[in-house]
Amino acid sequence: MSFYLIYKQLKDVPIETYMQSVSEADVRVVLTKQELNQEDLLALLSPAAERILEEIAEQAHRLTVQHFGKTIQLFNPLYVSDYCVNHCTYCSFSVTNEFERKILTEEEIEVEAQTLRATGIEHVLLLTGESKQHTPVSYLKDCVKILRKYFSSIAIEVNPLDTEEYEELFAAGVDGVTVYQETYNEDIYKQYHVKGPKRNYLYRLDTPERACEAGMRSVNIGALLGLDDWRKEVFLMAMHAQYLQTTYLGTEISVSLPRIRPTIGDFIPTTAVYDRYLVQCMLALRLFLPRSGITLSTRESPELRDHLLPLGVTKMSAGASTEVGGYSQDDKGTNQFEISDERNVNEISEALIRKGYQPIYKDWVHL
Amino acid sequence: MNDQLVIGGKELSSRLFIGTGKYYSDEVIPEVINRSKSEVITVAVRRVDLNRSEQHVMKYIPKEMTLLPNTSGARTAEEAVRIARLARAAGMGNWIKIEVISDQKYLLPDNEETIKATEQLAAEGFVVLPYMSPDLMAAKKLEEAGAAAVMPLGAPIGTNRGLQTKELIKLLISESKVPIIIDAGIGKPSEAAEAMELGAAAVLVNTAIAAAKDPVAMAEAFAQAVEAGRTAYRTGMATKSETANASSPLTSFLDSI
Repeated sequence: MSFYLIYKQLKDVPIETYMQSVSEADVRVVLTKQELNQEDLLALLSPAAERILEEIAEQAHRLTVQHFGKTIQLFNPLYVSDYCVNHCTYCSFSVTNEFERKILTEEEIEVEAQTLRATGIEHVLLLTGESKQHTPVSYLKDCVKILRKYFSSIAIEVNPLDTEEYEELFAAGVDGVTVYQETYNEDIYKQYHVKGPKRNYLYRLDTPERACEAGMRSVNIGALLGLDDWRKEVFLMAMHAQYLQTTYLGTEISVSLPRIRPTIGDFIPTTAVYDRYLVQCMLALRLFLPRSGITLSTRESPELRDHLLPLGVTKMSAGASTEVGGYSQDDKGTNQFEISDERNVNEISEALIRKGYQPIYKDWVHL
Repeated sequence: MNDQLVIGGKELSSRLFIGTGKYYSDEVIPEVINRSKSEVITVAVRRVDLNRSEQHVMKYIPKEMTLLPNTSGARTAEEAVRIARLARAAGMGNWIKIEVISDQKYLLPDNEETIKATEQLAAEGFVVLPYMSPDLMAAKKLEEAGAAAVMPLGAPIGTNRGLQTKELIKLLISESKVPIIIDAGIGKPSEAAEAMELGAAAVLVNTAIAAAKDPVAMAEAFAQAVEAGRTAYRTGMATKSETANASSPLTSFLDSI
């Protein structure tokens, strides 16, 4: 089984026509339900729902507090390599962009880990560009060995791997996997992914499943908003998350809503995803997946992040660096994308406390 | 009259157990404890820095409280056992609330794995309080496995839907030799009172207090409700009837003779 079978059925559903037929009254009916179905999700993503966002937001806020309390888990990315063999038109790490590539040595990772840990962060997301040649599983295992000394939870965002490779990394101490499909639209997927193994749509789509099969505790998926119509992308992403949640009961499935940020090159998003739309996406996801984590990265501005807090967010990066060696080295690498919220961990924690939320630094123990 | 609950050899005056999760700030916890009059508090081991137990939530819990570390996050019996051992090694005492949840969508406990973990930990000397789906045979197996109390859910964690499993819980209360503590689902003080009226030995309430606008006042409301429910249970409640009844329908004729 693969989500691809479901995707093939969904891709021909006349989503736009259905969403245009939804009225505000229909959306209000959705707000009275405890379990939402596919049509309910579409109603929440419809233009009609845009007009009653406040009512939806109240429900989303209530559900978030009910299931997660007034707490936000903090984590940070740690980039160890920016080598990449793919040509993705929207990414700075694309193989076509010329800059001096870096890969951290074990000693450098140790210093980087110590520096990040000193901020209080205990959940780390190990990141690389996508190059199995430069960052093979053996290298990742070496990284994990070092990171385990400093962090209570280690997730990875690296090139998609086979199930056995995820099993190896799970055994080494990795407990989570993040992988973004970028766009769920198979027809345009190859336009954005011009060269490299990432062109294989199906292999990428099945990646979260392989991670679940390998026993990972948490899997985080997302669509990069701006590559296709956001309503369709979020609909498919939510269906993907629901499929994973139902199929792999033991894995915590969470979702992210990254929007395209300025990168090297002149990529311009195909569709504009304004703040209002981002809010609508988040609210729809919270109502459709009430117990799923929703991650908000430093791609968004401090003001917006503060306002999004009560609407469904459960995890945030804080004081993040998107460059290799970004926490400890003077000679940092090139950032993958420009971050927008440049506050450090303390500043973000203080902002959370001011807003009536508790920053959670640690939410897992190594077993 | 003395109405103490005894678990693991410890006498407890309060039948309200509380949690530490979901608060906007841990600083509110001491006052919540104070107003709830609770003597048992559960703590997610995964949220505590075991190397620095003075950090985080632990520093807000008075020493006289009985700590009930929980194994939240465990998906298997093996993981639960390892978390329990870590908690004990870190000085969190020998009480443990087993939570084995392999369903991350509804967060329902896995009774089979819970029984396995209970057996193992009871054998290791822990005072084991397993969180479970209210199934009579599973509850009996937990009892046999050495559970000091059994904690069935009223409704799934965090839903505040009240005693959805009431009929099943009644069977557990009626048939169990160990105390039945209703955990999860209780969203209102009236539901806590109802649980106590049914004969539950205690209730564990977290979300309904932590996510309330005023957690401190809500803690007090729960304390009062639990006491009221317990008193009603001990007093013995009149049975329900669909029709109005004369106070002495069979013998009132005697008064007129």
